[in-house]
Amino acid sequence: MPTAASPTTDVATLKEIARKARINSIKMITAAGSGHPGGSLSATDLMTTLLFREMRHDPKNPRWEDRDRFVLSKGHCIPAWYCLLADAGYFPESELMNLRRLGSPLQGHPDCTVLDSIEACTGSLGQGLSIAIGIALAARVAKRDYRVYCMVGDGEIQEGQVWEALLSAAKFKLDNLVVILDNNKGQIDGPVAEVMPLEPILDKIRAFNWHVIDINGHDYDQILSALDEARTVQGRPVFIRADTIKGKGVSFMEGGIDWHGKAPKKEEMEKAIAELEAA
Amino acid sequence: MAKASRLAFGEALAEVGETNPRVVVFDADLSKSTMSMLFAKKFPDRFFEMGIQEANMIGAGAGMALSGMIPFVCSFACFITGRYDTIRMSVAYSKAGVRIVGTHAGIGIGEDGNSQMGLEDVGLMRGLPNMIVLQPADELETKQMVRFLANGHDGPAYLRLTRQTLPDVSPEGYRFELGKGMVLREGKDVTCFASGGTVANALVAANRLAEQGIDARVVNLSSIKPIDVDLIVRCARETGRIFTVEDHNVIGGMGSAVCEVLSEHCPTKARRWGLLDKFGESGTPEGLYEKYELDAEGIARRLAEFVKETPR
Repeated sequence: MPTAASPTTDVATLKEIARKARINSIKMITAAGSGHPGGSLSATDLMTTLLFREMRHDPKNPRWEDRDRFVLSKGHCIPAWYCLLADAGYFPESELMNLRRLGSPLQGHPDCTVLDSIEACTGSLGQGLSIAIGIALAARVAKRDYRVYCMVGDGEIQEGQVWEALLSAAKFKLDNLVVILDNNKGQIDGPVAEVMPLEPILDKIRAFNWHVIDINGHDYDQILSALDEARTVQGRPVFIRADTIKGKGVSFMEGGIDWHGKAPKKEEMEKAIAELEAA
Repeated sequence: MAKASRLAFGEALAEVGETNPRVVVFDADLSKSTMSMLFAKKFPDRFFEMGIQEANMIGAGAGMALSGMIPFVCSFACFITGRYDTIRMSVAYSKAGVRIVGTHAGIGIGEDGNSQMGLEDVGLMRGLPNMIVLQPADELETKQMVRFLANGHDGPAYLRLTRQTLPDVSPEGYRFELGKGMVLREGKDVTCFASGGTVANALVAANRLAEQGIDARVVNLSSIKPIDVDLIVRCARETGRIFTVEDHNVIGGMGSAVCEVLSEHCPTKARRWGLLDKFGESGTPEGLYEKYELDAEGIARRLAEFVKETPR
């Protein structure tokens, strides 16, 4: 079967792809004049590993029935995924600069009705995991062996529907489902720990009967071994808590809440790109 | 034969499950009430008991639909349409072909009272782009709608069903068609558009009014969205007075939809009857229909009053 993801993509190459995705994310958000750089940068290493190493997919056949699926439940971080999709060949890189423009398939939040490499419309937080569960259950009904990856944010899992979904995925023993928590610790109104504390997250998820893996979301060896471990788990869904840094890769954005949903100005963009290129 | 639309629904669901292997069903701890259990017994591998989690159920239904399945997600009308943002984003906006089934619509459910009564659901659902809204009037129509939703339609849909028994009203050989209303009784003085549990009562009411010299046309408007614009305009031109009756809040429901058509295409004196911007309460179904004047006597009284107050 054709697949873009190649098990031979080495870590050095993954890092280069991620560097480019970060640079393009900054460029496109700056061009759009609005967007969410903080979470896009925190999720980039995780997303890069998924698309370029882990997932079975085919850019020439985006709706291939046996493809692995990625549901970005934290839909506002879609710029990073758009950059990676373009890099993988789903659409021309020139399209990236049309982010959020009238008529562009690159909507401000993911829209599966206008872009066939997107699996679900998300952006209203807390809904993507339920959709991922439906996709995982459909694999069971249709007797297909695809896997489903769903990325959630830590602020996002304050939503009640997420906990409904966590309960049900365990009930249905969805071992074809992997949730990745981009644990960047910030949300619009402030630090997650202040706005609505989640800790101890891992204890909570374990108590919901998930297989839990705890990693550094910027360490490729840890990401890869977590995804490998996830494939060996049977009879339970897998929850990877990936500790990340909001704005990762740009010094003046790192860890800052202010960059959750603010576009850089041109000078800021240039400074950010210079840093990313030098790193 | 008379049957609750939820029972006809359960039977039809089990039937379409037989012929279409892509049909899957979700319920939220109410399968014995929504009658989706009739499908569950027959096809346990394609039935998903979601527990008391309507929002998650709707989202999982969307995931199924986006994966090529034909999901019916079932609960009481008030609970399921109450998860509005999930329906808006995961279903309607995504164009995910989730067939949302809301049973126990209206005050017709009786004793359980307001918390279990779907009284605003039509207004909520018809305000969503890509969503169609259907409410059958009897067993025959219910079964035809289920077959249509399983095999003849691909997209988001809301099917509104009753708890109470519905007498047969559809003529022999009736074929449900999306966007079409059905004239059940001809008349020249007024047209009464009814849906669901009020259709049979409207027919009885029209027969009583005939004795008083009022000739009322009765239309089953089961396709609430899309709505039969041509039929509504024709009835307005031919009878000059439009009356609507539904077991739903008059704000946002079928009557509102009819009045929207009239205002734009053929301004005509109209009266909406139903719950007058009120919540429901406990009581017997018959007692409630009497109090809120949705039984044949009540509808006849309100129709006659409207005709008398409204010169042509």
